[in-house]
This record gives sequence, C-alpha cells and structure tokens, in this order.
Amino acid sequence: MNDKPKLAVFKFSSCAGCQLQIVNLEEYLLDIAALVEISYFVMAKRENADAIYDIGLVEGAVTCGEEIEKIKEVREKCKLLIAFGSCACYGGIPSMKNLVPEREVEKRVYEDVSVIHSTKAFGIDQYVRVDGYLKGCPVDKDELVELIKSALLGVGPNLRPHCVCVECKLRENVCLFVSKGKVCMGSVTSAGCGALCPSLNRPCEGCRGPMNDPNAPSLARTFMEYGLTREDVARKFRKYAGETEAFRKGAEAV
Amino acid sequence: MSLKQIRVNYVARVEGEASLDVKVQDGRVEELYLDVYEPPRFFQGFLVGRKFDEVADTVSRICGICPVSHQLTSLLALENAMGVKVSQQTRDLRKLLALAQWIQSHTLHVYMLAAPDFLGYESVLAMADDHLPVVQRALRLKKLGNDLTDLIGGRAVHPITCVVGGFTKVPSREQLNAIRDRLAQAKEEMLTTVELVAGLPLPEFTRECEHVALSQPDQYAVNEGRLVSTRGLEITAGEYRRYIKEKQVPWSHALHSYIVGRDSFMVGPLARVNLNFDKLSPDARRAAEKTGIRFPNFNPFVSALARAIELVHCVDECVEIIDRLDPHDEEFSVEIRPGEGAAITEAPRGVLYHSYKVNAQGIVEKADIVSPTAHNVNNIEKDLREFVPKVADLPEEEATLKCEMAIRNYDPCFSCSAHFLRMKIRHEDAGRP
Repeated sequence: MNDKPKLAVFKFSSCAGCQLQIVNLEEYLLDIAALVEISYFVMAKRENADAIYDIGLVEGAVTCGEEIEKIKEVREKCKLLIAFGSCACYGGIPSMKNLVPEREVEKRVYEDVSVIHSTKAFGIDQYVRVDGYLKGCPVDKDELVELIKSALLGVGPNLRPHCVCVECKLRENVCLFVSKGKVCMGSVTSAGCGALCPSLNRPCEGCRGPMNDPNAPSLARTFMEYGLTREDVARKFRKYAGETEAFRKGAEAV
Repeated sequence: MSLKQIRVNYVARVEGEASLDVKVQDGRVEELYLDVYEPPRFFQGFLVGRKFDEVADTVSRICGICPVSHQLTSLLALENAMGVKVSQQTRDLRKLLALAQWIQSHTLHVYMLAAPDFLGYESVLAMADDHLPVVQRALRLKKLGNDLTDLIGGRAVHPITCVVGGFTKVPSREQLNAIRDRLAQAKEEMLTTVELVAGLPLPEFTRECEHVALSQPDQYAVNEGRLVSTRGLEITAGEYRRYIKEKQVPWSHALHSYIVGRDSFMVGPLARVNLNFDKLSPDARRAAEKTGIRFPNFNPFVSALARAIELVHCVDECVEIIDRLDPHDEEFSVEIRPGEGAAITEAPRGVLYHSYKVNAQGIVEKADIVSPTAHNVNNIEKDLREFVPKVADLPEEEATLKCEMAIRNYDPCFSCSAHFLRMKIRHEDAGRP
C-alpha cells in the first residue's frame, strides 16, 4: 500500500468543479484509489498527509499574495505538477477581473479593503514551473483518466493540439459559425471536449484556451464582419484565457 | 481558572477554505472566529461591464458543486430585469435541472462529506473496506444526479443548454424515459438513505433560530415562490434587500448576513423541510414520519436527515415532471431591454439571491449575489457559540471533530461565500502541566 504513487489535489482560487470531476469519476473512482494513494485532498478527506507527492493536481488561479507563497511550496512537494483546469492553466474566469483596476474590483464588493490582499489573477505557471496542463472548465473526465494513466505509465498524455472545429466536424455537426451565423470560438480553441457546446447548439466560448498556434486576430476581424463591436470582441477573447498571448492578440486585433 | 482553545486549521470535507478559532474560559466562549480564508472572488465586481448572455456561464463558475443554482438564479433575475417570458416547458426543465443537482449534491454530502464523521472514518474512500455496498450505493446515486443534470443541461459540472429565454437543446422522450426508469429504481435506495441517516448518532443540540426558505402554495419550492421564515418573514425577491443585509467582519472574507432588526438565520434543507413539510411528496413525508424525528426541528444536526428526506422527494418529483413533459425543441429570441431584476432560488445548501441591472445594450451595470453559505456563516458562528461549551471538556481530538461536524451540518460552500472559511480549533488548558 505504501509504495503506491501519492496523488495530491490542491485548491487555489476556484469553484472546486475540477476537483469534483475526480469524485465524479464515480464508476472508476474505486479503481483509481486502488492504483494511487489519494494522499492529500481536503475536500474529500480529513486526514491529509504532508509529504512529497508523485502527482500534484492544482486547481484554481493564483489571485492573492498568500497564494503566490503557497504555489511555490506546492511546487517543492510535487514531482509532477499539473495545472488542473483552465483557472490553473490560464487564470480562467477569475482573470476576468484583470480588466479592471484591482482596487476598484475590491471596492465593488468590500467596504473595508484594508484586509484584502488580492492580486491580478494568473495561471500557476506565472510563478512556478509546470509539468503538464489539463485544460477545460471544467476538465474533461476522459482526459483526466488519460492523464492519470499516462502519469502512472511514465509517458506523455495523449491530449489534442488541434482546434474544437476538428472534433465538431467528426461529430458531423452543422457549423454554427459559417452556416448559422453564430459567433463561435471553436476555430482558435483547444480541442478535447468533443465539441460539446456546438453539439448542443451553443457556440464554443473558448473555455479550454488557445489551440496550438491559432490565428486569433483573423477570427477577431471576422467577428467584426458579423457585427460585433470592439468591446464584444474583447469580451469574447478575455474570458477564460484572456491572459494568454494568443487570445490577447485576438482581443487587441480590432 | 481554565482556558481552552480549540483550533481547526482547515475544515475538511467541505467545499472551499475556512478555519475556526475558539477560546473558552471557565465554560464560556470568549472568542470565536470562523475565518473564511478562501480568497475573495469578486464576481459582483467583474460582472459589471459584461454582457447579459455571458452572466450565467460566468456565475456558474462561482461553484462547481451548485453551478445549476447560480445559473438558474442569474437567468431568472436577468429575465425579470429585461421582461423576458419563458415557456412552461422551460420552467419544468429548469426545475428538473435544479432537482437533479440536489440529488448529486445531497448524495455527495450525506455519504461522502457527513457520513464518515458519524461512522468514524476520515473519508468515504476509507469506508470502502468495511462498507463497500454503502459506498457503491453512494456513487450510484450521485451518478444518477449527475446523469440527469447532464441529460437536461448538457454537462454535469457547468451545464451548457440553459440560457436566457430557454434551452438550446431539449432531451428526447426516449432519453427521458431511460432516466425515468433509473429514478424510479433509485426510490428504494433513497428510502434506505433516510433510514441510514436516522440511525446515525446525531448529537442532541437545539437552538431555535429563525429558519428561512422559499415557499409556494402548491409545490415544494425550488425556483419560484416567496421567501418566508419561522418568524413571519414573507417577501418577494424584489423586496429582499429591504429585509436582509450583510456586514463585513474583520476575521473573514465571508460577509455576515442578518435580517434587519433581528439576527442571523438558517437556510438550507432543514429550513425547507421545517417550512414546507406538507409540500413534500407523500412518500417523503411518510419516510420522515417513520424515523420518529419530528418537524419543525431546530437541531442543526438534523440537517443531514432533511437532506435524505429531500432525496426521496427529488426522485418523486423528477418522475412526475418527466411524465408530464412533452419534450420538443422551442424557438425563442431575446429582446434586450434595460432594467433591474432580482431572483431567489433554493440551491442544495439553501436560499440563493441574485440581482442585476442591465443597460439598453444588455451590459451589466450592477450585480449583487448572496450565496446560501454567505447567508449561513453568521448563523454557524452562533451555533458554535452555544455548542462549543457542551463539547469543550471532551478530549481535544473529539472536541475538534464535533466542531467540524457542527460546521459540516450546513454543507458549507466556502468558495461561494468568499466573499467566505480556514478553521482553527486551539485546545489548550492553562491549568494543565
């Protein structure tokens, strides 16, 4: 039992939806627990070991001074550190606040801001080296299983570098963007979700962040042709991954 | 003179981060701080300037455990603000979606977060060796809730299809029938869950605070209704801010909620069962009566039982709604109009309030969100102030556990309330050598 690899789950600024996806592996959960020792997982366990972990899954963005210290400590304790979900990868939804001066955002919620020590929200690789990225808001359960399997096998996970459009075509969906005139982020967004939203008649919102080498400025210009305002285009790109260089280029292209 | 300090550095098996710090002197609580150290989230801050059709996706990310509640409440508030009317099918599907999330969330709490306390385990996984069938049942029921959410909403965590005005995709009759059969089959297991919880050694502790919940004359209120209480409150969502306010306390990122002119209050399954007992399904009522525990009930530890009773109701009402539905895709369009609107729903953890002001371009100018845990934090502290002296003389480990259990009763969601919890229970005795 003690020679099983140790898995740790850490929470930063986040909704806990990605850690919940671990518990949501319902039919595999006991199998996974047989292969790895779930050694640190505060949301699920009361006894959490302070140890060196083989795999560390970090959920959430870094949004305050205390978390900057904490992510550095976590890095020291994890042999393999995974940015677990779009918040940890890019800053995610919390990074939407980066568009407004920090003090102003604070004042909108708290009367006394003297006890609030928040910073701009970033993905964890702003502060530490990261060994792998599991994208998505939330992470996809199949990709999570793939990641755990490959980590146990000591090989790189088979994650997709291409855009959501590829998966959308494979599902034989009618294109919402070209055929129905709905503004869709699929052509610049990283695949792996199985084109879930477009398959449900909702355009892609870009929750998985940029694919490898996207042409975001071109898409931004097409959005303008579709009648979006500059502010609309900026909002599209500055949502889940607005701090990535690729999506920032899209936001600033028009 | 004896001075004891109880400290819980982090409250485990809850969503989010909080700590508790208590100082007890001569059997009296001198200081008690429930510190929600979850970093501030600022959703109300950064929603300003976003477009109305981005709000539901964004607020969903307040909480991965109750994303449906945040989505639905924001949609209802925005529809009120912009004068959007929705179809009866949309209302039915939304209630189904909300109940599906209750099944997922209540199962998670009853079996995985709370039960290990009562059965003496550190986690549900640790229970698997001795109680494998119970753990398997937990996973099966939780999966049922998730699969139903997935069917209606397109995804269990952060659903996709529910938008301002309606649903982008509606499940087919065949799909609904398939899950209806699974729900009907789960009924027996939900009844077993009530028996399981009723058999747990729930601590004796009663504190008669004000309980607040949505209520409707003809059904168990979830997405619609008036906000009522055990002390005569009866208001609409639009009147909420005149009666319920929040104050900032220096030791916590969670704002403290109170009823104007009165005090803290409790929201959640126990408040709902207390206020709406006669609206529960007949089998849920019978299951409750069979336990011998009477409602209204003011022992916060009975919340676990209230969750189990609601699980029975959830299955019954889901089946009823599915049988009534004639599922079909609907065309709908939304006209952007300026306005201000509020809505209240019952999230798994209790009363959730959203309010928005949008301008003529559909841009959010003001957002106000109060989560169930934000409603409850003040009341959890009040519970602890009375509860701690009763357990302070127990051995340190046991006293700490009991305090954690008193917090876990509320199934707190600290991400939602941070505005929210780190828990320290210091347990020192100055009189000890």
